[in-house]
Amino acid sequence: MKYGLNKNNWLSRAALGFAAVFAALGGTAAASTVGEVNIYSYRQEFLIRPFLDRFTKETGIHVNVVFAKKGILQRLKQEGRNTPADVVLTAGFSRLQALKDAGLLQRVDSATLNANVPARYRDPQGYWTGLTLRSRIIVYSKDRVAPGAIRRYEDLADPKWKGKICVRTGSHAYNRALVASIIAANGEAAAEQWARGLVANFARKPQGNDRAQAKAVYEGVCDIAVMNTYYFGKMKFNKKNPEQRAWAASLKILFPNQDGRGAHVNASGAGVVKYAKNRDNAVRLLEFLSDSHAQELYASRNYEYPVKAGVGWSDEVKSWGLFKADDLALVRIFELGPAAQRLIDRVGWR
Amino acid sequence: MAVTTGAQTLRPGKPRARVRFGSWDAATIVVAAIFAAPVLAVIGLAMAPAEDIWPHLIDTVLGGYIANTLIVMAGVGAGTLVTGVGTAWLVTMCRFPGRRIFEWALLVPLAVPGYVIAYTYTDLLEYAGPVQKALRVAFGWQSAQDYVFPDIRTIGGAVAMLTLVLYPYVYLLSRAAFLGQSICALEAGRTLGHGPWRSFWHIALPLARPAIAVGVALVLMETLNDFGVMDYFAVQTFTVGIYNTWLGMNSLPGAAQLSTVLLIFVLVLFGLEYAGRRGQRYHEATPRHQALPGYRLRGPRAAAAAIACGLPVVFGFVVPAWVLGGYALRYWAVALEWNFFTLVGNSVLLSAMAAGLALSIALFLSYGARLKGGAPIKAATRFAAIGYAVPGAVLAVGVVMALAWFDRAVDFLSMSLFGVSTGLIVSGTVVALLFAYVTRFLALAHGAVEAGMGRITPSMDDAARSLGASAAATLRRVHIPMIRGSALTAILLVFVDTMKELPMTLLLRPFNFDTLATFTYQYAGDEQLEEAALSALTIVIAGIGPVILLSLAIRRSHRVI
Repeated sequence: MKYGLNKNNWLSRAALGFAAVFAALGGTAAASTVGEVNIYSYRQEFLIRPFLDRFTKETGIHVNVVFAKKGILQRLKQEGRNTPADVVLTAGFSRLQALKDAGLLQRVDSATLNANVPARYRDPQGYWTGLTLRSRIIVYSKDRVAPGAIRRYEDLADPKWKGKICVRTGSHAYNRALVASIIAANGEAAAEQWARGLVANFARKPQGNDRAQAKAVYEGVCDIAVMNTYYFGKMKFNKKNPEQRAWAASLKILFPNQDGRGAHVNASGAGVVKYAKNRDNAVRLLEFLSDSHAQELYASRNYEYPVKAGVGWSDEVKSWGLFKADDLALVRIFELGPAAQRLIDRVGWR
Repeated sequence: MAVTTGAQTLRPGKPRARVRFGSWDAATIVVAAIFAAPVLAVIGLAMAPAEDIWPHLIDTVLGGYIANTLIVMAGVGAGTLVTGVGTAWLVTMCRFPGRRIFEWALLVPLAVPGYVIAYTYTDLLEYAGPVQKALRVAFGWQSAQDYVFPDIRTIGGAVAMLTLVLYPYVYLLSRAAFLGQSICALEAGRTLGHGPWRSFWHIALPLARPAIAVGVALVLMETLNDFGVMDYFAVQTFTVGIYNTWLGMNSLPGAAQLSTVLLIFVLVLFGLEYAGRRGQRYHEATPRHQALPGYRLRGPRAAAAAIACGLPVVFGFVVPAWVLGGYALRYWAVALEWNFFTLVGNSVLLSAMAAGLALSIALFLSYGARLKGGAPIKAATRFAAIGYAVPGAVLAVGVVMALAWFDRAVDFLSMSLFGVSTGLIVSGTVVALLFAYVTRFLALAHGAVEAGMGRITPSMDDAARSLGASAAATLRRVHIPMIRGSALTAILLVFVDTMKELPMTLLLRPFNFDTLATFTYQYAGDEQLEEAALSALTIVIAGIGPVILLSLAIRRSHRVI
């Protein structure tokens, strides 16, 4: 008795059918042509689309995007030399450093980039560059917390705030970076003690994103919250959901540690892929994004700060004041990341 | 009227006739290996030399991860079991007002993605939400200090959310099993004096056990790898720990090791269930059925049945859809910024193709295992369907690796034979997405198909083969017609799950390619439910149509022949 696949049976026919569809769809694989630049982006497309369209308008270079939150590094690594990607855009710089460490980026020595981006917001060897900045700030209830009662991140561990503080989970990249900056400033032991104090002051189990913390202050669940500046902008100027303006209006903003090292800042950024097929276009895109015009647009679209010195801040961002930023190099924050994560696990900042 | 003979038989497994290792066996192993490749890649990653993360994890978070995971699994497992089996029994065996509607309506929550239901209930039940606002107005409370309201963002909330969207797996499979049960078995019960309750406990439930087990297993795997709900509710489960290790400690090998532990756990779980019913086979001799007469419920009993079936539908679908609909009306302008028909087209086309592929492969593997029946082949086919238990983004990395390996192999061959580089053939194409979907959702199709095949007595195979039909012809002419209901179930499950699938679609898709799920995520990932509402609602609505159609088709497939 035979067990072979009969040529005429339905299974083989189905297989052939699928193979044909595969072949047809396979043709949609991005084929790099001149006049293109291909981006793997950790940032949502709706945030970056406006500048990319502008770039295309000014240069004629067509921009293709894949947005993903996790795994871009592994995809690039596996695609190797054949990767269609030219540029990686990230929401935080630590991903860029990880890409560099994995040998997936290439050096870019661009006079324009070097002139536009201050050294502490770039990779020292030129493998990646920061593009926008945001500060991690403290916000508190206008009604329930006296101005001046908190001045530094360190104050958040003061037992007098027991049951008053809301913050998202410690494992989130922004909190991890904040902890890393505190390790850098005060040493690991002091940072751990601080984190323990902070956790002891939580009003509730960490949950939701930064905006949810501000909302909780508005609702009276807690009095103090930690958040990135752009979330404040997204609430304060929310046209689609005016409710959120009330949340922002109930808060006061505090840029911490202004008498000392300054407020912690984090950067979004970009790098050129090692095996980029459209390297020149990729560099051109980075230069475009670091230049005054795009910097204004990029920063204002998401209520962030431009990295380029001298570029005017948007009125929205200016509305909550100027501040002094911690000048700790981003690279150092990345190096301390795993130590920060362990610390967070140890103190139970879930 | 068709009369069934033989009916359900519980008989000890008997050794199958030995056959030579033929092309079916080889093909079965090869296909199983192809779809196991991503999982094997993840296991390979776990073996890579890396910093030992275990001492740190054991000292700090691991205990919590395990405890939370077990609590969530127990809660969701029990919740879906009771809801799914209970409602399936009611709509199959009882007659009460609304039963015909509930038959398909009970499936609809399946179309709601877990993270979407979590967002909607948070919006509804939090302090500033309409429920608490109304309570404050009604009772004159001033602030959060004046009253106690249960927090939705807790482990209990997570269990409730997952139960609401996952119980349809159990419902679907147990209903198919109840429908497939011959009336003779139940009538035999009645002649022995069994009332409805005893019939349920002593006949219907034991006979449906394999199907129910498959349903609960699917639910548990989906619960294990859920990230969206757990992350939003800040419940620290094992899967959350995998992501923290990967992204927080920058250790993909560590994350792969944790994933491998998860896999072993799942395999042990299945092994236990399988061992629990070893030696028992659940077959029936014929697909012929007679519509079961059912227990006619009246008065309070009918009302109770209608309420029991109505609650899961209301909380699993009506409430979230209502919240989303409200937002969608207010934020409809967002829709102007996106290309609605392209998104719907991409989602529906991909889901339909994934469903067709997964069904074909599941049929092939199940039948391959049935033909040979040897332990190695059975194990291989089961392993090929294990991708469902791996957290989506981790499996996506496995898929990336498997595809890259294929691309490099072809490239190398082409270079050495023709001196031409083929570059990337499948990576970054729609083919990559389809491969990923089948890898992930094969368990759904395989589970449904196996449950169907298991009910066909081997004597049917023997009869067909002794009449000269080939193995393939037997599959085509005997098995497929007999398991049409199960095959449709497989298609339905894979279709709806592909519609909702997010982490793999995000990572593996081609440039400038969006589905409803990825588009929703752009906004929903930022906890901006309002702006994501319309596309989220579209996922649900696009999923409902096929759910209803297939549900009706499944019912038809069980009609009197």
